[in-house]
Amino acid sequence: MNSLKKIGILLGLVVFVVSCQDKSKPNYQYMPNMYEPVGYETYEKVDFLPGQMEAMLPVENSIPRGWMPYQYENTIEGKEMARLMSSPLDSLQKEENLLKGGELYNIYCMICHGPQGKGQGTLVKREKILGVPSYADAARNVTVGTTFHTIQYGLNSMGSYASQMNTEEMWQVSEYVMKLKQDLTK
Amino acid sequence: MKKVTYRNRISKVLGFSILVFLFTSNSLLAQAEPVADASVEQVAEASGGDAAAGKSLFNQNCAACHSLNRKMTGPALANVESRLAEDEGLDRQWLYAWIKNSPGMIKSGDAYANKIYNEYNKAAMTAFPTLSNTDIDNILAYTAAGPVAATTTATLPGDPVQAKSTGISNEIILGALALVFALLVFMLISVNKTLRRVMQANGVDVEKESPKGLPIWKAFAKNQFLVLVTTIFLLLGSAYFAYGWMMQVGVDQGYEPIQPIHYSHRIHAGDNKIECKYCHSSARKSKTSGIPSLNVCMNCHKSIYQVADATLAEGKQYGIDYNEEIQKLYSAVGWDEENQKYTGETKAVEWVRVHNLPDFAYFNHSQHVEVGEIACQTCHGPVEEMEIMSQYSPLTMGWCVNCHRETEVKVEGNEYYAKIHEELSKKYGVETLTAAQMGGLECGKCHY
Repeated sequence: MNSLKKIGILLGLVVFVVSCQDKSKPNYQYMPNMYEPVGYETYEKVDFLPGQMEAMLPVENSIPRGWMPYQYENTIEGKEMARLMSSPLDSLQKEENLLKGGELYNIYCMICHGPQGKGQGTLVKREKILGVPSYADAARNVTVGTTFHTIQYGLNSMGSYASQMNTEEMWQVSEYVMKLKQDLTK
Repeated sequence: MKKVTYRNRISKVLGFSILVFLFTSNSLLAQAEPVADASVEQVAEASGGDAAAGKSLFNQNCAACHSLNRKMTGPALANVESRLAEDEGLDRQWLYAWIKNSPGMIKSGDAYANKIYNEYNKAAMTAFPTLSNTDIDNILAYTAAGPVAATTTATLPGDPVQAKSTGISNEIILGALALVFALLVFMLISVNKTLRRVMQANGVDVEKESPKGLPIWKAFAKNQFLVLVTTIFLLLGSAYFAYGWMMQVGVDQGYEPIQPIHYSHRIHAGDNKIECKYCHSSARKSKTSGIPSLNVCMNCHKSIYQVADATLAEGKQYGIDYNEEIQKLYSAVGWDEENQKYTGETKAVEWVRVHNLPDFAYFNHSQHVEVGEIACQTCHGPVEEMEIMSQYSPLTMGWCVNCHRETEVKVEGNEYYAKIHEELSKKYGVETLTAAQMGGLECGKCHY
């Protein structure tokens, strides 16, 4: 009986020690004031700020570094105007731009539009998102300008990618899309 | 003996009734299916198109904006033809014209064309001149047949019912096992009791005295050498554990906080193979890899408003309803599903940051991801298998330094630094340089 009690106490201790390891809480620290920042942390909850968020939208009309203001509006007319735009990127560096554009395309676009731009990406094949058109679709008459316009604003179910790529990168992707279209319509 | 036969009979009756139930339910389901198929065929024939071909056409061309039973960018299309005929008096010719050239119809001032155009926020429908009349017939056949097919799948209760019944029978089996076990214990105790009673009645002394000798711990205490050795071992052992314990203070390896919206990296990065940098796009450009803002979620979840049934079932294993989590996203980002519009009322999502370096250590994601071309998994582990994101690496200084010592830097094709690379390899007498040899161990590189 005595030994039973001892084993019980030992087990209790083990359970007590193990239960202290709560994976959902960060570990304790030796010198917290060396670890904890003085300034507000990104995404931190701050009581006095709007929405109680540290993260805030930039001031209106501010232009983020790397992004250029875009002249056309998100309307049908704007898109028709955009159709006539040509890429402002240096045509002498077409190779590098296409390489970079391809890389970015594979990150952001391929998941729906597919590696060849046929509209058969992984998400489409797995029937998560349907109805992604091919770039070769004659009725859409995709140009480098409309591609840029669509990346900038999104279209219907597609969202805007202007928060994930800067202006130059969006043009690089647009050029790459045109290359895919060429390959498709060959 | 009588009892045993009785029990057998019960089990027989039970087994027989279960068999009967299974057979009848199976035959009921089997009957339901051909009926549904027949109705689909009938509808398809009536509208003069091939619903199966229509489905693939619909998925290719229409599904980006239209769903059968749900308003998306465009209206729901179930039974669109009969609905238009009844409500608006428009026939199939109108639909042909509309699908092939909707912008033209709007311009020509067609009343219903303009009405629907304005109703859906002036989102222009793409013209589909490439679709032939037969193609459109097929699509219309699918829109007419589709809902029927949907209802038949909805009234197919095979899986949930069976799952439920197996659940019940599992419980019954467990209960029966527990009962049997309790019976066994009870029997053992009673046998023990009766045996004792018999022994006492026969005059046998039950409590046997153990032979009195030196207790083992007293013998141990008398042997001083043994005591010394054990104390040394005990001290060494406790020092070992104390060291191990002290070394893990401040290390958050395995940290797995509960997030306000359950996000499964397993589904997104694993099953659907979405690039890490799709969501964590700032890892390409900046020091931090950033928690993606909700507009990035909405790139896909505007269309994906609920998960597939199989995925939902997987979520049950983790005790999570993925559809509810999508709803949490919608309410946070202020997405009105009904009208497919943003309401503008947003709520902050209090994501809990998992990987957090103290401010005195500098780490730059873009340097490692873009320049170093190090896979995310090198430090973050098999994220594509994690249902709940957790910290994989210790993120201690020793861990950083180890990697800098071992990782060889790709110096080819970097003409700008060619000279310094050459000098460094001469200095260390090596062909390839590690990050450490290029100064990756200098204090000021990470602490300043």
